[in-house]
Amino acid sequence: MRDSLAIIWSIGRKDLLLEIRNKDVVVAVAGFALLVLVIFTFAVDLSQDNAKLVGPGVLWAGIAFAGVTGLNRAFSLEVEGNTLEGLMLAPISRDLIYLGKALGNFLFIAVAQIIVIPVFAVLFNLVVFRWEMLAIALLTTFGFASVGTLFAAMSVRVRAREVMLPLLFLPVVTPLLMAAVESTGHLVNGRSWGDMAQWLQLAAAFDVAFLVVSAFIFQHILED
Amino acid sequence: MDVEIPAGQIAVLLGSNGAGKTTLLRILSMLTQPDAGTIQIYGFDTSTNGPSVRAVTGAALHSPMLYSDMSIRENLEFFAGLYRLDSVSNLIEKTSNKVGISERLDQRVRTLSHGYQKRVALARSLMHNPSLLILDEPDSGLDSLSVGMLDTIINEHRASGKTVLFTTHLLDHALEIADRAVVLDRGRVLIDSTNPESERDAILDAYARQQSLSGAANA
Repeated sequence: MRDSLAIIWSIGRKDLLLEIRNKDVVVAVAGFALLVLVIFTFAVDLSQDNAKLVGPGVLWAGIAFAGVTGLNRAFSLEVEGNTLEGLMLAPISRDLIYLGKALGNFLFIAVAQIIVIPVFAVLFNLVVFRWEMLAIALLTTFGFASVGTLFAAMSVRVRAREVMLPLLFLPVVTPLLMAAVESTGHLVNGRSWGDMAQWLQLAAAFDVAFLVVSAFIFQHILED
Repeated sequence: MDVEIPAGQIAVLLGSNGAGKTTLLRILSMLTQPDAGTIQIYGFDTSTNGPSVRAVTGAALHSPMLYSDMSIRENLEFFAGLYRLDSVSNLIEKTSNKVGISERLDQRVRTLSHGYQKRVALARSLMHNPSLLILDEPDSGLDSLSVGMLDTIINEHRASGKTVLFTTHLLDHALEIADRAVVLDRGRVLIDSTNPESERDAILDAYARQQSLSGAANA
Protein backbone atom coordinates (compact mmCIF):
# COMPACT_ATOMS: atom_id res chain seq x y z
CA MET A 1 0.00 0.00 0.00
CA ARG A 2 2.78 2.41 0.98
CA ASP A 3 4.69 1.52 -2.19
CA SER A 4 1.60 2.17 -4.30
CA LEU A 5 1.02 5.56 -2.69
CA ALA A 6 4.70 6.42 -3.20
CA ILE A 7 4.43 5.60 -6.92
CA ILE A 8 1.20 7.58 -7.34
CA TRP A 9 2.83 10.55 -5.59
CA SER A 10 5.99 10.13 -7.66
CA ILE A 11 4.02 10.40 -10.94
CA GLY A 12 1.92 13.30 -9.63
CA ARG A 13 5.02 15.12 -8.34
CA LYS A 14 6.77 14.64 -11.69
CA ASP A 15 3.79 16.23 -13.47
CA LEU A 16 3.87 19.08 -10.97
CA LEU A 17 7.60 19.64 -11.55
CA LEU A 18 7.09 19.75 -15.33
CA GLU A 19 4.14 22.12 -14.88
CA ILE A 20 6.18 24.46 -12.69
CA ARG A 21 8.77 24.59 -15.48
CA ASN A 22 6.40 24.85 -18.44
CA LYS A 23 3.25 26.41 -16.94
CA ASP A 24 1.27 24.85 -19.78
CA VAL A 25 -1.78 23.55 -17.99
CA VAL A 26 -2.52 25.90 -15.08
CA VAL A 27 -2.13 29.02 -17.21
CA ALA A 28 -4.42 27.56 -19.90
CA VAL A 29 -7.10 26.44 -17.43
CA ALA A 30 -7.04 29.57 -15.27
CA GLY A 31 -6.80 31.88 -18.29
CA PHE A 32 -9.70 30.25 -20.10
CA ALA A 33 -11.93 30.20 -16.99
CA LEU A 34 -11.14 33.84 -16.20
CA LEU A 35 -12.03 34.84 -19.76
CA VAL A 36 -15.41 33.10 -19.42
CA LEU A 37 -16.08 34.94 -16.16
CA VAL A 38 -15.10 38.32 -17.59
CA ILE A 39 -17.23 37.82 -20.72
CA PHE A 40 -20.27 36.96 -18.60
CA THR A 41 -19.85 40.02 -16.41
CA PHE A 42 -20.38 42.07 -19.57
CA ALA A 43 -23.03 39.81 -21.11
CA VAL A 44 -25.34 39.51 -18.11
CA ASP A 45 -26.92 42.19 -15.93
CA LEU A 46 -25.23 41.36 -12.63
CA SER A 47 -27.65 42.71 -10.09
CA GLN A 48 -27.31 40.90 -6.74
CA ASP A 49 -30.22 38.55 -7.51
CA ASN A 50 -29.01 37.82 -11.03
CA ALA A 51 -25.47 37.18 -9.84
CA LYS A 52 -26.72 34.62 -7.33
CA LEU A 53 -28.85 33.00 -10.01
CA VAL A 54 -26.35 32.74 -12.86
CA GLY A 55 -23.01 33.03 -11.04
CA PRO A 56 -22.65 29.39 -9.90
CA GLY A 57 -23.48 28.10 -13.38
CA VAL A 58 -21.02 30.46 -15.07
CA LEU A 59 -18.28 29.55 -12.59
CA TRP A 60 -18.53 25.79 -12.98
CA ALA A 61 -19.24 25.78 -16.71
CA GLY A 62 -16.17 27.99 -17.15
CA ILE A 63 -14.01 25.66 -15.04
CA ALA A 64 -15.34 22.56 -16.84
CA PHE A 65 -14.62 23.96 -20.32
CA ALA A 66 -11.24 25.29 -19.22
CA GLY A 67 -10.46 21.96 -17.56
CA VAL A 68 -10.85 20.20 -20.91
CA THR A 69 -8.06 22.36 -22.33
CA GLY A 70 -5.74 21.45 -19.48
CA LEU A 71 -6.59 17.75 -19.54
CA ASN A 72 -5.84 17.60 -23.24
CA ARG A 73 -2.46 19.21 -22.74
CA ALA A 74 -1.47 17.14 -19.70
CA PHE A 75 -1.82 13.84 -21.52
CA SER A 76 -0.57 14.91 -24.93
CA LEU A 77 2.80 15.79 -23.34
CA GLU A 78 3.22 12.16 -22.26
CA VAL A 79 2.41 10.88 -25.74
CA GLU A 80 4.51 13.41 -27.68
CA GLY A 81 7.70 12.33 -25.91
CA ASN A 82 6.63 8.66 -25.79
CA THR A 83 7.10 8.91 -22.04
CA LEU A 84 3.79 7.13 -21.47
CA GLU A 85 5.57 4.04 -22.82
CA GLY A 86 8.39 4.73 -20.38
CA LEU A 87 5.82 4.53 -17.58
CA MET A 88 4.38 1.36 -19.11
CA LEU A 89 7.80 -0.33 -19.00
CA ALA A 90 7.95 0.03 -15.22
CA PRO A 91 6.89 -2.93 -13.03
CA ILE A 92 3.80 -1.19 -11.71
CA SER A 93 0.17 -1.93 -12.37
CA ARG A 94 -1.47 0.30 -14.95
CA ASP A 95 -4.02 1.66 -12.48
CA LEU A 96 -1.19 3.32 -10.53
CA ILE A 97 -0.26 5.21 -13.70
CA TYR A 98 -3.88 6.32 -13.95
CA LEU A 99 -4.01 7.41 -10.32
CA GLY A 100 -0.71 9.28 -10.64
CA LYS A 101 -1.86 11.12 -13.75
CA ALA A 102 -5.24 11.86 -12.11
CA LEU A 103 -3.43 13.27 -9.07
CA GLY A 104 -1.44 15.59 -11.34
CA ASN A 105 -4.60 16.76 -13.11
CA PHE A 106 -6.35 17.25 -9.76
CA LEU A 107 -3.51 19.50 -8.58
CA PHE A 108 -3.50 21.55 -11.81
CA ILE A 109 -7.25 22.19 -11.77
CA ALA A 110 -7.14 22.89 -8.01
CA VAL A 111 -4.37 25.47 -8.45
CA ALA A 112 -6.32 27.08 -11.32
CA GLN A 113 -9.38 27.28 -9.03
CA ILE A 114 -7.35 29.06 -6.35
CA ILE A 115 -6.91 31.81 -8.94
CA VAL A 116 -10.38 31.67 -10.50
CA ILE A 117 -12.70 31.47 -7.46
CA PRO A 118 -11.50 34.71 -5.77
CA VAL A 119 -11.82 36.55 -9.11
CA PHE A 120 -15.33 35.11 -9.46
CA ALA A 121 -16.21 36.37 -5.95
CA VAL A 122 -15.04 39.88 -6.87
CA LEU A 123 -16.61 40.06 -10.35
CA PHE A 124 -19.97 38.68 -9.25
CA ASN A 125 -19.82 40.34 -5.83
CA LEU A 126 -20.74 37.12 -4.04
CA VAL A 127 -19.60 35.70 -0.71
CA VAL A 128 -18.01 32.30 -1.41
CA PHE A 129 -15.22 32.05 1.15
CA ARG A 130 -16.78 29.48 3.43
CA TRP A 131 -15.70 25.93 4.27
CA GLU A 132 -18.57 24.63 2.17
CA MET A 133 -16.90 26.10 -0.94
CA LEU A 134 -13.75 24.14 -0.18
CA ALA A 135 -15.77 20.91 -0.01
CA ILE A 136 -17.61 21.71 -3.26
CA ALA A 137 -14.39 22.62 -5.07
CA LEU A 138 -12.51 19.55 -3.86
CA LEU A 139 -15.30 17.11 -4.73
CA THR A 140 -15.85 18.66 -8.16
CA THR A 141 -12.15 18.84 -8.99
CA PHE A 142 -11.69 15.24 -7.91
CA GLY A 143 -14.46 14.14 -10.27
CA PHE A 144 -13.16 16.27 -13.15
CA ALA A 145 -9.68 14.80 -12.70
CA SER A 146 -10.78 11.18 -12.44
CA VAL A 147 -13.12 11.27 -15.46
CA GLY A 148 -10.94 13.68 -17.44
CA THR A 149 -7.78 11.60 -17.05
CA LEU A 150 -9.57 8.56 -18.43
CA PHE A 151 -11.06 10.37 -21.42
CA ALA A 152 -7.82 12.25 -22.09
CA ALA A 153 -6.06 8.88 -22.32
CA MET A 154 -8.79 7.57 -24.64
CA SER A 155 -8.73 10.54 -26.97
CA VAL A 156 -5.03 11.37 -26.97
CA ARG A 157 -4.20 9.18 -29.95
CA VAL A 158 -7.20 10.36 -31.95
CA ARG A 159 -6.43 12.94 -34.62
CA ALA A 160 -9.31 15.22 -33.59
CA ARG A 161 -8.58 14.93 -29.88
CA GLU A 162 -9.39 18.59 -29.14
CA VAL A 163 -12.94 17.87 -30.28
CA MET A 164 -13.17 14.32 -28.97
CA LEU A 165 -12.30 15.04 -25.34
CA PRO A 166 -15.07 17.59 -24.64
CA LEU A 167 -17.57 15.38 -26.49
CA LEU A 168 -16.74 12.49 -24.18
CA PHE A 169 -16.03 14.43 -20.99
CA LEU A 170 -18.78 17.04 -20.70
CA PRO A 171 -21.85 14.73 -20.97
CA VAL A 172 -20.41 12.35 -18.38
CA VAL A 173 -19.59 15.08 -15.83
CA THR A 174 -23.05 16.67 -16.15
CA PRO A 175 -24.30 15.18 -12.83
CA LEU A 176 -21.17 16.48 -11.13
CA LEU A 177 -21.64 19.92 -12.69
CA MET A 178 -25.25 19.96 -11.52
CA ALA A 179 -24.15 19.07 -7.99
CA ALA A 180 -21.47 21.79 -8.04
CA VAL A 181 -23.83 24.46 -9.43
CA GLU A 182 -26.68 23.61 -7.07
CA SER A 183 -24.54 23.48 -3.95
CA THR A 184 -22.73 26.70 -4.91
CA GLY A 185 -26.18 28.22 -5.46
CA HIS A 186 -27.13 27.29 -1.89
CA LEU A 187 -23.82 28.66 -0.66
CA VAL A 188 -24.16 32.11 -2.27
CA ASN A 189 -27.71 32.32 -0.90
CA GLY A 190 -26.31 31.87 2.61
CA ARG A 191 -27.78 28.42 3.24
CA SER A 192 -26.16 25.80 5.47
CA TRP A 193 -24.50 22.39 5.00
CA GLY A 194 -27.85 20.64 5.45
CA ASP A 195 -29.35 22.32 2.40
CA MET A 196 -26.55 21.27 0.10
CA ALA A 197 -25.91 17.86 1.66
CA GLN A 198 -27.72 15.88 -1.00
CA TRP A 199 -25.73 17.58 -3.77
CA LEU A 200 -22.44 17.01 -1.98
CA GLN A 201 -23.38 13.36 -1.48
CA LEU A 202 -24.16 13.07 -5.19
CA ALA A 203 -20.75 14.54 -6.01
CA ALA A 204 -19.00 12.21 -3.56
CA ALA A 205 -20.81 9.15 -4.96
CA PHE A 206 -19.93 10.24 -8.51
CA ASP A 207 -16.26 10.63 -7.53
CA VAL A 208 -15.95 7.22 -5.90
CA ALA A 209 -17.82 5.40 -8.69
CA PHE A 210 -15.88 7.03 -11.51
CA LEU A 211 -12.51 6.67 -9.80
CA VAL A 212 -12.97 2.91 -9.51
CA VAL A 213 -14.47 2.44 -12.99
CA SER A 214 -11.91 4.74 -14.65
CA ALA A 215 -8.93 2.99 -13.02
CA PHE A 216 -10.24 -0.33 -14.33
CA ILE A 217 -10.94 0.91 -17.87
CA PHE A 218 -7.63 2.80 -18.07
CA GLN A 219 -5.66 -0.46 -17.91
CA HIS A 220 -7.45 -1.72 -21.01
CA ILE A 221 -6.93 1.54 -22.86
CA LEU A 222 -3.17 1.34 -22.28
CA GLU A 223 -3.03 -2.30 -23.34
CA ASP A 224 -4.73 -1.41 -26.63
CA MET B 1 7.34 -18.03 -34.61
CA ASP B 2 8.75 -20.34 -31.95
CA VAL B 3 12.01 -19.15 -30.44
CA GLU B 4 13.61 -19.97 -27.10
CA ILE B 5 16.58 -17.95 -25.90
CA PRO B 6 18.44 -19.43 -22.92
CA ALA B 7 19.61 -17.14 -20.11
CA GLY B 8 23.10 -15.74 -20.47
CA GLN B 9 23.06 -15.33 -24.24
CA ILE B 10 23.40 -12.34 -26.51
CA ALA B 11 20.81 -12.74 -29.24
CA VAL B 12 20.42 -10.50 -32.26
CA LEU B 13 17.33 -10.10 -34.42
CA LEU B 14 18.12 -9.33 -38.04
CA GLY B 15 15.99 -8.33 -40.99
CA SER B 16 15.20 -5.31 -43.09
CA ASN B 17 12.54 -2.74 -42.22
CA GLY B 18 9.18 -4.41 -41.76
CA ALA B 19 10.65 -7.80 -40.83
CA GLY B 20 8.99 -7.64 -37.41
CA LYS B 21 12.03 -6.98 -35.22
CA THR B 22 10.68 -3.91 -33.46
CA THR B 23 7.21 -5.42 -33.13
CA LEU B 24 8.70 -8.47 -31.44
CA LEU B 25 10.74 -6.31 -29.07
CA ARG B 26 7.67 -4.19 -28.24
CA ILE B 27 5.69 -7.35 -27.50
CA LEU B 28 8.47 -8.66 -25.26
CA SER B 29 8.58 -5.26 -23.51
CA MET B 30 4.80 -5.51 -23.04
CA LEU B 31 4.09 -2.31 -24.94
CA THR B 32 2.17 -4.13 -27.68
CA GLN B 33 -0.27 -6.98 -27.27
CA PRO B 34 0.36 -10.07 -29.41
CA ASP B 35 -2.55 -11.20 -31.59
CA ALA B 36 -2.00 -14.80 -30.52
CA GLY B 37 0.47 -17.11 -28.79
CA THR B 38 2.24 -17.12 -25.46
CA ILE B 39 5.48 -15.54 -24.25
CA GLN B 40 7.42 -16.54 -21.17
CA ILE B 41 10.26 -14.49 -19.76
CA TYR B 42 12.25 -16.10 -16.96
CA GLY B 43 9.32 -18.39 -16.26
CA PHE B 44 6.71 -15.61 -16.09
CA ASP B 45 3.87 -15.64 -18.59
CA THR B 46 3.60 -12.10 -19.94
CA SER B 47 -0.19 -12.23 -20.20
CA THR B 48 -0.69 -12.93 -16.49
CA ASN B 49 2.41 -11.59 -14.74
CA GLY B 50 2.89 -8.14 -16.24
CA PRO B 51 4.62 -6.37 -13.34
CA SER B 52 6.84 -9.41 -12.57
CA VAL B 53 7.97 -9.62 -16.20
CA ARG B 54 8.65 -5.89 -16.38
CA ALA B 55 10.68 -6.10 -13.15
CA VAL B 56 13.18 -8.48 -14.79
CA THR B 57 13.17 -6.69 -18.15
CA GLY B 58 14.94 -3.51 -19.19
CA ALA B 59 14.21 -1.96 -22.56
CA ALA B 60 15.71 0.86 -24.60
CA LEU B 61 13.69 1.13 -27.78
CA HIS B 62 13.66 3.60 -30.69
CA SER B 63 12.35 6.54 -28.68
CA PRO B 64 14.38 7.46 -25.57
CA MET B 65 11.12 7.89 -23.55
CA LEU B 66 12.57 10.68 -21.42
CA TYR B 67 11.06 13.87 -20.02
CA SER B 68 12.80 16.56 -22.00
CA ASP B 69 12.22 19.32 -19.44
CA MET B 70 13.79 17.30 -16.63
CA SER B 71 17.50 16.79 -16.15
CA ILE B 72 19.16 13.41 -16.69
CA ARG B 73 19.39 12.97 -12.92
CA GLU B 74 15.71 13.86 -12.40
CA ASN B 75 14.68 11.41 -15.12
CA LEU B 76 16.76 8.59 -13.62
CA GLU B 77 15.51 9.38 -10.09
CA PHE B 78 11.93 9.32 -11.30
CA PHE B 79 12.25 5.97 -13.06
CA ALA B 80 14.25 4.50 -10.15
CA GLY B 81 11.27 5.42 -7.96
CA LEU B 82 8.91 3.51 -10.24
CA TYR B 83 11.19 0.45 -9.94
CA ARG B 84 11.30 0.94 -6.14
CA LEU B 85 15.10 0.90 -6.12
CA ASP B 86 17.21 1.66 -3.05
CA SER B 87 20.35 3.83 -2.79
CA VAL B 88 19.25 5.75 -5.86
CA SER B 89 22.07 8.33 -5.77
CA ASN B 90 24.77 5.64 -5.78
CA LEU B 91 22.93 3.71 -8.45
CA ILE B 92 22.66 6.76 -10.71
CA GLU B 93 26.34 7.52 -10.22
CA LYS B 94 27.34 3.94 -11.02
CA THR B 95 25.07 3.59 -14.06
CA SER B 96 25.89 7.01 -15.46
CA ASN B 97 29.61 6.22 -15.22
CA LYS B 98 28.98 2.97 -17.07
CA VAL B 99 27.23 4.66 -20.02
CA GLY B 100 29.38 7.80 -19.95
CA ILE B 101 26.84 10.44 -19.00
CA SER B 102 28.07 11.39 -15.54
CA GLU B 103 29.40 14.78 -16.65
CA ARG B 104 26.00 16.05 -17.73
CA LEU B 105 23.72 14.63 -15.05
CA ASP B 106 22.18 18.01 -14.24
CA GLN B 107 21.61 19.03 -17.83
CA ARG B 108 18.07 18.95 -19.19
CA VAL B 109 17.37 16.17 -21.66
CA ARG B 110 16.02 18.69 -24.19
CA THR B 111 19.54 20.09 -24.64
CA LEU B 112 21.18 16.72 -25.37
CA SER B 113 21.97 15.23 -28.78
CA HIS B 114 20.06 12.19 -30.01
CA GLY B 115 23.04 9.92 -29.34
CA TYR B 116 23.38 11.23 -25.80
CA GLN B 117 19.66 10.75 -25.16
CA LYS B 118 20.09 7.14 -26.28
CA ARG B 119 22.78 6.71 -23.65
CA VAL B 120 20.44 8.10 -20.99
CA ALA B 121 17.74 5.68 -22.15
CA LEU B 122 20.28 2.87 -21.87
CA ALA B 123 21.10 4.00 -18.33
CA ARG B 124 17.40 3.96 -17.47
CA SER B 125 17.05 0.42 -18.80
CA LEU B 126 20.12 -0.79 -16.85
CA MET B 127 19.43 0.79 -13.47
CA HIS B 128 17.39 -2.08 -12.05
CA ASN B 129 19.93 -4.65 -13.29
CA PRO B 130 17.44 -6.50 -15.51
CA SER B 131 17.82 -10.19 -16.30
CA LEU B 132 16.70 -9.51 -19.87
CA LEU B 133 17.97 -6.40 -21.64
CA ILE B 134 16.04 -5.47 -24.78
CA LEU B 135 17.70 -2.98 -27.14
CA ASP B 136 16.20 -1.78 -30.41
CA GLU B 137 18.97 -0.56 -32.72
CA PRO B 138 21.05 0.71 -29.80
CA ASP B 139 23.91 1.61 -32.14
CA SER B 140 21.93 3.96 -34.39
CA GLY B 141 23.08 7.55 -33.94
CA LEU B 142 26.08 6.53 -31.83
CA ASP B 143 29.69 7.36 -32.68
CA SER B 144 32.31 4.57 -32.80
CA LEU B 145 33.45 5.31 -29.24
CA SER B 146 29.89 4.93 -27.96
CA VAL B 147 29.44 1.70 -29.95
CA GLY B 148 32.54 0.34 -28.18
CA MET B 149 31.03 1.32 -24.82
CA LEU B 150 27.78 -0.39 -25.83
CA ASP B 151 29.66 -3.61 -26.67
CA THR B 152 31.32 -3.54 -23.26
CA ILE B 153 27.95 -3.14 -21.52
CA ILE B 154 26.39 -5.96 -23.54
CA ASN B 155 29.33 -8.27 -22.85
CA GLU B 156 29.33 -7.44 -19.13
CA HIS B 157 25.63 -8.19 -19.02
CA ARG B 158 26.18 -11.60 -20.55
CA ALA B 159 29.17 -12.27 -18.27
CA SER B 160 26.90 -11.81 -15.25
CA GLY B 161 24.60 -14.56 -16.58
CA LYS B 162 21.97 -12.24 -18.00
CA THR B 163 20.41 -12.12 -21.42
CA VAL B 164 20.58 -9.43 -24.10
CA LEU B 165 18.26 -9.30 -27.09
CA PHE B 166 18.90 -6.57 -29.61
CA THR B 167 18.35 -5.52 -33.20
CA THR B 168 20.76 -3.81 -35.52
CA HIS B 169 21.48 -3.14 -39.16
CA LEU B 170 25.24 -3.47 -38.59
CA LEU B 171 25.38 -7.09 -39.68
CA ASP B 172 29.10 -7.82 -39.34
CA HIS B 173 29.30 -6.22 -35.93
CA ALA B 174 26.21 -8.14 -34.74
CA LEU B 175 27.64 -11.49 -35.81
CA GLU B 176 30.87 -10.74 -33.95
CA ILE B 177 29.25 -10.22 -30.56
CA ALA B 178 26.10 -12.36 -30.69
CA ASP B 179 25.77 -15.96 -29.47
CA ARG B 180 22.56 -16.31 -31.38
CA ALA B 181 21.25 -14.75 -34.58
CA VAL B 182 17.65 -14.87 -35.75
CA VAL B 183 16.73 -13.56 -39.19
CA LEU B 184 13.09 -12.53 -39.44
CA ASP B 185 10.87 -11.94 -42.42
CA ARG B 186 7.43 -10.40 -41.85
CA GLY B 187 7.07 -12.05 -38.45
CA ARG B 188 8.45 -15.47 -39.46
CA VAL B 189 11.83 -16.96 -38.59
CA LEU B 190 13.97 -17.50 -41.70
CA ILE B 191 17.00 -18.79 -39.84
CA ASP B 192 17.77 -19.29 -36.16
CA SER B 193 21.50 -19.78 -35.71
CA THR B 194 23.08 -20.81 -32.41
CA ASN B 195 26.55 -20.34 -33.80
CA PRO B 196 26.57 -17.13 -35.82
CA GLU B 197 30.32 -17.03 -36.42
CA SER B 198 30.54 -20.46 -38.04
CA GLU B 199 27.16 -20.10 -39.79
CA ARG B 200 27.95 -16.64 -41.02
CA ASP B 201 27.45 -17.46 -44.71
CA ALA B 202 24.06 -19.09 -44.10
CA ILE B 203 22.94 -16.08 -42.05
CA LEU B 204 24.15 -13.60 -44.67
CA ASP B 205 22.39 -15.66 -47.32
CA ALA B 206 19.13 -15.69 -45.32
CA TYR B 207 19.47 -11.96 -44.70
CA ALA B 208 19.96 -11.27 -48.43
CA ARG B 209 17.01 -13.54 -49.22
CA GLN B 210 14.88 -11.69 -46.64
CA GLN B 211 15.79 -8.36 -48.20
CA SER B 212 14.82 -9.53 -51.67
CA LEU B 213 11.55 -11.05 -50.31
CA SER B 214 10.83 -7.83 -48.47
CA GLY B 215 11.63 -5.77 -51.58
CA ALA B 216 9.35 -7.96 -53.70
CA ALA B 217 6.53 -7.69 -51.17
CA ASN B 218 6.86 -3.90 -51.05
CA ALA B 219 6.92 -3.67 -54.87
